[in-house]
Amino acid sequence: MSHEAAQGLPEGILAHHFSSLERQNEAMRLGMWLFLATEILLFAGLFTGYAVYRFQFPLAFAECSRHLEIALGTLNTIVLITSSFTVALAIHFARTDRRRAAVICLVLTIGFALAFLGIKAVEYTAHFHERSLPGKYYAFEGVKILGAAMFFTMYFLMTGLHGVHVVAGMSVLSWLLWRTLQGRYSSRYYTGLEMGGLYWHLVDLVWIFLYPLLYLI
Amino acid sequence: MRLSEADSARLAGALPQAPTYLQDGTTVLSWLNTRDHKRVGVMFLASVIFFFFIGGIFALALRMKLLQPGPYLIDAVSYNRLFTLHGVVMIFLFLIPSIPSAFGNFVLPLMIGARDVAFPRLNLASFYLYLAGAAITIWGMLQGGADTGWTFYTPYSSTTPTQVLPILLGVFVVGFSSILTGLNFIVTVHTLRAPGMTWMRIPLFVWGIYATSIIQILATPVLGITVLIVAVERFAGFGMFDPARGGDPVLFQHMFWFYSHPAVYIMILPAMGVISETVSAFSRKNTFGYKAIAMSSLGIAFVGFFTWGHHMFVAGQSTFNAGAFGILSMFVGVFTAIKVFNWVGTMYRGAIAFKTPFAYICGFLYFIVFGGMTGVALATTSLDIHWHDTYFVVAHFHFIMVGASVMGFLAALHYWFPKMFGKTYPEGWGLVAASLIILGFNATFIPQFLLGNYGMPRRYYQYPEHFQALHVASTAGGTLLGFGFLIILIYLTIALIWGQRSESNPWGSKGFEWLSASPPPTHNFDELPTITQMPHDYRTHEPPGVLHVA
Amino acid sequence: MNELLRRLLFLPDQASTFARDIDQLHYFVIVTTFVMSTAVGLTTLFFFVRYRRRSETQTTPHIEPTWWMELGFIGTPLFFFMLWFFLGFREFVRQQTPPSDAIDVYVMAKKWMWKFAYPDGPNAINVLRVPAGRNVRLLMTSRDVIHSFYVPEFRIKQDVLPGRYTQTWFNAVQPGRYQILCAEYCGAGHSIMRGEVIALKPQEFEDWLSQQRRGLVARQDSSPTGLDFAPALGNLVDQGRRIAAEQGCLKCHTTDGTRHIGPTWLDLYHRREKLQDGSIIDADEAYLTESMMEPTAKIVAGFQPVMPSFQGKIAGPEVAALVEYIKSLQSDVVRTGPSEGPAYAPIRGR
Repeated sequence: MSHEAAQGLPEGILAHHFSSLERQNEAMRLGMWLFLATEILLFAGLFTGYAVYRFQFPLAFAECSRHLEIALGTLNTIVLITSSFTVALAIHFARTDRRRAAVICLVLTIGFALAFLGIKAVEYTAHFHERSLPGKYYAFEGVKILGAAMFFTMYFLMTGLHGVHVVAGMSVLSWLLWRTLQGRYSSRYYTGLEMGGLYWHLVDLVWIFLYPLLYLI
Repeated sequence: MRLSEADSARLAGALPQAPTYLQDGTTVLSWLNTRDHKRVGVMFLASVIFFFFIGGIFALALRMKLLQPGPYLIDAVSYNRLFTLHGVVMIFLFLIPSIPSAFGNFVLPLMIGARDVAFPRLNLASFYLYLAGAAITIWGMLQGGADTGWTFYTPYSSTTPTQVLPILLGVFVVGFSSILTGLNFIVTVHTLRAPGMTWMRIPLFVWGIYATSIIQILATPVLGITVLIVAVERFAGFGMFDPARGGDPVLFQHMFWFYSHPAVYIMILPAMGVISETVSAFSRKNTFGYKAIAMSSLGIAFVGFFTWGHHMFVAGQSTFNAGAFGILSMFVGVFTAIKVFNWVGTMYRGAIAFKTPFAYICGFLYFIVFGGMTGVALATTSLDIHWHDTYFVVAHFHFIMVGASVMGFLAALHYWFPKMFGKTYPEGWGLVAASLIILGFNATFIPQFLLGNYGMPRRYYQYPEHFQALHVASTAGGTLLGFGFLIILIYLTIALIWGQRSESNPWGSKGFEWLSASPPPTHNFDELPTITQMPHDYRTHEPPGVLHVA
Repeated sequence: MNELLRRLLFLPDQASTFARDIDQLHYFVIVTTFVMSTAVGLTTLFFFVRYRRRSETQTTPHIEPTWWMELGFIGTPLFFFMLWFFLGFREFVRQQTPPSDAIDVYVMAKKWMWKFAYPDGPNAINVLRVPAGRNVRLLMTSRDVIHSFYVPEFRIKQDVLPGRYTQTWFNAVQPGRYQILCAEYCGAGHSIMRGEVIALKPQEFEDWLSQQRRGLVARQDSSPTGLDFAPALGNLVDQGRRIAAEQGCLKCHTTDGTRHIGPTWLDLYHRREKLQDGSIIDADEAYLTESMMEPTAKIVAGFQPVMPSFQGKIAGPEVAALVEYIKSLQSDVVRTGPSEGPAYAPIRGR
């Protein structure tokens, strides 16, 4: 396409309705940030619910929080923060044209995401065994205060929705890995990868709020 | 205003027209797989009109039942399902996508001098999400439908045995379509304005859509999570809103109205944008108080987020809350009033042509003033105690949603019909239908205001007999209204197929969307135009179709 | 004037003390609305006639509003809306604040009926008898979904929520019968969930009340044991909750496990309590009853002997109801069936 060739760009990067790549990158960044805003508002509903019920059942929430596996929660936090670091590294390598390193970092990130899900699965299994389950399924012997079931409702809703986002993030990262392998991202154009990285940071950030709310306080 | 030589020559008819977007590929697949904002807009338009008629049929069935105070025609549960589906279809499948997704998609890029929206593929995805959500909702309807009312209040919605789940899921998916459309528009306005189009030269319709998009982006996710929680509650008994498990049903109302009140402005702001455009075009006059109208759109979008509690004056929130939400709600009324005064001001010393869209403008002005002021009256806390959940509320929001929003939709449909399809519609029939609709609408809903005063609660299958006379009046009006819409459907369909070829700019309008040919070619412009002035500048006269070609 | 406007606007009779005040504001608001929409309509019409298009090539001047115009556009509606708000909110506060001399009636809504219970005895279904000319406060809760208590003639409406109490009040100005409607959608029977308020002359109300009480006493006296009487308010647990609230038990004892002045009632039944002297007892029916009659006899470790004796203050059946209520407070959390709502301690202004 003459439009792209005129600006010395490879085929298939600059859409016809943008006058320049800078403009298009600006649009993509703005779009991504707006999308992240909607994601935060999606979680905001749950944070509101958590705040309301924490206020209503302070004892039950404190007590149930103590019954979560704090070690596993901490481990998961470390795993996710590290994965955020590796995805940032991947972008750094891509924009400095070190494709191999970028690929390795992306693979590592996906691996960390899998590890996160694995650890979460261990925790969930434990909850199923001791029947610390939400709402009507709650039959946990450890905490019998009114409101304990509500804690686990919030716990499962919040970690569940976050888990869905981890899976979504993994799919995005896998697709980006494929595009990186194809050699699409370079110092000239790496916005796609950057957007995927932003999304992954959001997934990480949400967990950083969930971790203290559910495990620590 | 500078168009490229090729564009202006084509507009003046000196050069042969480039193939229009309608001619560029005529297979079904070329439509379904399009990236063209205009085609997506047209597909949205067809879909929302389809759902408008579905919702309308539900409404007529309801009105027929209400002719009799006792059981009549249908049973109570069917009645409850019908009003639920009427609400869900009209709000989520018609009103919310109506003007933004259909007309916004079509004219917004034209107005700001862009070749497309920022993310054309996302735009198409938004359309398919809408279709998917609609399909799930229809499937739910065929399974029997829900009987919760469109508000899905818990704990009723989490315990009723009807098919709430597919309806909730449909709403959730349609919500995402709405988010993506809003996101696309905001990015488009920020990054794709033509050279010279400063923020204070943006057409007012674009301002309206921009404010709407902000609401779509910031409010819809909260609706998403809320219906998701209700779905989980039904599906897995999580009990977050279930008082039997320590949950708080009023929390649901807070979360629901946090979206659904701003959603009212998703429905009305674009219509206000349409009126701002058309009132200038048909008065042939610059917009009076451009900045005031543009800023009040943003003002409504902003304040609209802090008024949701006025739906809950009698729901057991504190008196202080009620006062705070009440006073904040008043500001929406003030912003709307600013717009109304400026629209009327636009007509001052204009050159007014009474065409069909202008008839709808008149209807709109009356409906928005009366409907808006009854809204402010409802926010007057002590009056709301008597009116809450009665037909007064029903009449008020129909004045805004049908009165104002649908008038805006119809004004847009008639104003941009030549732009979109290059055909003319029969002006006489247009005026007949417009007067029928405005008359029928008043006959339908003014009795409902009185019913509300009289103490008739909404969502009543059977009612005490002293309400019957007003109900019969309302049904009679509803029939007129239905006929009006049917006439429009018929003459527009005929015009679409056999209608006369229209001129490129039949209204002589100086809105920026008329800078391209009608119907526009696939990529709108050969070269981007340069904007040097405000839209709707009628100080000079050029032959219709050419605007300040320099 | 009042009567004319009321009839024009199809407003129902003004049967409560604040109905008339609300209607006055209503007239003001509606008249402003009419004047405003007519003014906008007429101005549009005038502009249309005066400035209709005369030629197809007509041009128009560029006109911008002056700052004082915009200020007027903002100020006029702002003034009126704020006026409405302040007039309305003053009235709203009055409607939300029950006077302290009001008589209480408990309202329980369920699909699709209204139950009314008077604190000292009788109850009724779908018919609420009140004395005319006296303030009546309604304490309302729902057994299943949200309902809304609406009497158009009184201009009152209040949602009735499961799991919590809401209140409203009114003063019926004269004897008469007024329809109660449910105003919050609650399912198939929503539109037939209707009841009636019967405002009686004060003397007639007293007669009716004492007649009801006699019937209740007669029923209690005729039962072989104190335990086996017809419960005044649903089952024993319900009654116990009400008594606990009325006797002020809940001012010291919580029912949600939190520690207060006295031990919590949650899981109290059959709890192994350590007493001050170090001995351990089982909190069975006998201990619970003894603690009501002779509270200081066996004090649980860590609590002060501050509870007054209820000897002679509560009757045998009421003790039984309280014990049943305490027995029902189990924290196995997974409660089946609809919520019965938390206990409500009527807080009175005196």
